Amino acid sequence: MTGSGARGLELRGITVRHGSVPALSRVSATFPAGEISCVLGENGSGKSTLVALLSGLRRHDEGELLVDGTAVRFRSPRTARAAGVATVWEDLAVAPLLSVWRNFFLGAEPTRGVWPLRRLDLESARATTARAMERVGIPGLDPDQPASRLLAGERQSLAVARALHFGASALVIDEPTAPMTVARQTLFGQAILAARAQGLAVVVVTNNPRYAHLIGDRFLLLADGQVAGNLTREDVDADGLTALMAGGAQLGVLTDALTELHPELGER
Amino acid sequence: MTVGRLSSSVAPHRARPGRVDGGRVLRQALTRPSLPALVVLALVLAFFAVRAPELLTSGGLAGVLDIAATLGIGGVAVALLLVAGQFDLSVGVLAMSSAAVTAVLIGQAGWGTWPALLASLACALLVGVVNGVLVVNTGLPSFLVTLATFLVLQGTTLAGVRAVGGSGRIDGLDEAPGWSSAAAVFGSTAQLGDGRFRVSLLWWLGVTAVATWVLWRTRFGNAVFASGGARTAARELGVPVRRTTVALFCLSATAGWLIGTLSLVRLDGVQVSSADLATGLDFLVVAVLGGCLLAGGYGSAFGASVGALLYAVSWQGIVLAGWDPPWFQALLGVLLVVALVANGVVGHRLKGVPRS
Repeated sequence: MTGSGARGLELRGITVRHGSVPALSRVSATFPAGEISCVLGENGSGKSTLVALLSGLRRHDEGELLVDGTAVRFRSPRTARAAGVATVWEDLAVAPLLSVWRNFFLGAEPTRGVWPLRRLDLESARATTARAMERVGIPGLDPDQPASRLLAGERQSLAVARALHFGASALVIDEPTAPMTVARQTLFGQAILAARAQGLAVVVVTNNPRYAHLIGDRFLLLADGQVAGNLTREDVDADGLTALMAGGAQLGVLTDALTELHPELGER
Repeated sequence: MTVGRLSSSVAPHRARPGRVDGGRVLRQALTRPSLPALVVLALVLAFFAVRAPELLTSGGLAGVLDIAATLGIGGVAVALLLVAGQFDLSVGVLAMSSAAVTAVLIGQAGWGTWPALLASLACALLVGVVNGVLVVNTGLPSFLVTLATFLVLQGTTLAGVRAVGGSGRIDGLDEAPGWSSAAAVFGSTAQLGDGRFRVSLLWWLGVTAVATWVLWRTRFGNAVFASGGARTAARELGVPVRRTTVALFCLSATAGWLIGTLSLVRLDGVQVSSADLATGLDFLVVAVLGGCLLAGGYGSAFGASVGALLYAVSWQGIVLAGWDPPWFQALLGVLLVVALVANGVVGHRLKGVPRS
């Protein structure tokens, strides 16, 4: 993707504080367009804060966030989506009692007419939803049924289809592998690869290093809110990534200390 | 926009076997929040039609609709709040307070009718904003916040009216400028047969129709449903949950003002009294009878109106059948339990999210 160096997402010295405690401190990273960047880290390493930042749920206290080369400051997830950054949430952000098409457009409904008669554009919303669901491999879905009637995999597809529809320049995916069958995971992976092929910057936040290595082009390792490593596919293999993920050096120290106290552990 | 293009783009999706079948219409009917209320209403109507045949004369119906109109206006507002996962206990007392404000401004301060009505509407909206801002900023249960508002309003109104007017009653307002036009808007009646139908009926129908349209056909309605049914998802998608909540409290305050104004114009005055909490709970009862889930995310304005009708039919039926009025409370309690169980079953079925 040379020639489009500025396209994609970029963090420059970003600090996000929860009260006085920094959840992310001076994080710099690029998530270029047309590549899949995986963010890896333990629980509490700042992954979810990063997702919240990119999706507009939290604002950064210091530093710069750039979308396609322009510095932005998202006021809400609505402005993030308007800027072309869409998120697939860990909990999928699906309202079970609302119909599929209402879920699809929740927070960004198409309308027609002028206030006070401005109303939802039902036909276009239904048709767009059905088309978008077909694109992620669920053809013939009735957009009027409540989301609670969807199978778990279909709900995931709904979240992906929605993000693909609204994410014009970047896609943020939080922990996609939670409860999924292999077939679903394949479909999910296909959607991610398709987004990359369309030239989107794809950010996958996960704690599964093998999955990350399978799909990722570059890897950002977070620990205690700081960048612990910034690698590309050439730098590291799946085992190396797993070792780094498991806390590399830390685990080594732990192993030494424990085997010293309990020699029988060393024979395992 | 053409029908041809629309159907061609939608038709293929309908062909999915096993998911979209002939049972769809039935299933959709079964998931309507108002269905249990409609069924029970039919049963109660049939029962009282036998025990108290006067109920179905135009006089009886006028009585029923008169009760239902006031209850329905408040019930619809509370239903919207319930759908958004909130509740307002202060609607009933706000009716009394805003009527008192209007009456004091007209009777004591010598204001014209319409300026006084606008001023009391502004006061009511202020109460709504305070309720809403307190709820969204403190995260306290809206039941408690509005209970506090209820107490403050009731105390202030009673003490204020006594201090200004000397007694708990202010009347003789019909001399004020603009009263006749206000009486036409809020107090007209129409004689049909031996029943006197009041204009509050039209206000009720209007409120129900507008609320239904807003709930199902606007962005605001979508935000209301999402705020109650899936607050985290709504927040993650950028739905303005806080703004929606405050707006809903303003709506319920406006409903309280409307109820107060209707009774003020009807009585040519206001009698403030120490109302008990039940007046605030009636609207909740009506909304729950109409199929709103207390947990939020589900319910309808139409259902709340059916609930109001059910309430009114039971009340008027017991009166006309010559029973001792306390039986009404017992019947209402039974209906409430039936509604809660029916809503629980529906809610459970709807919320049953499949897991892989």
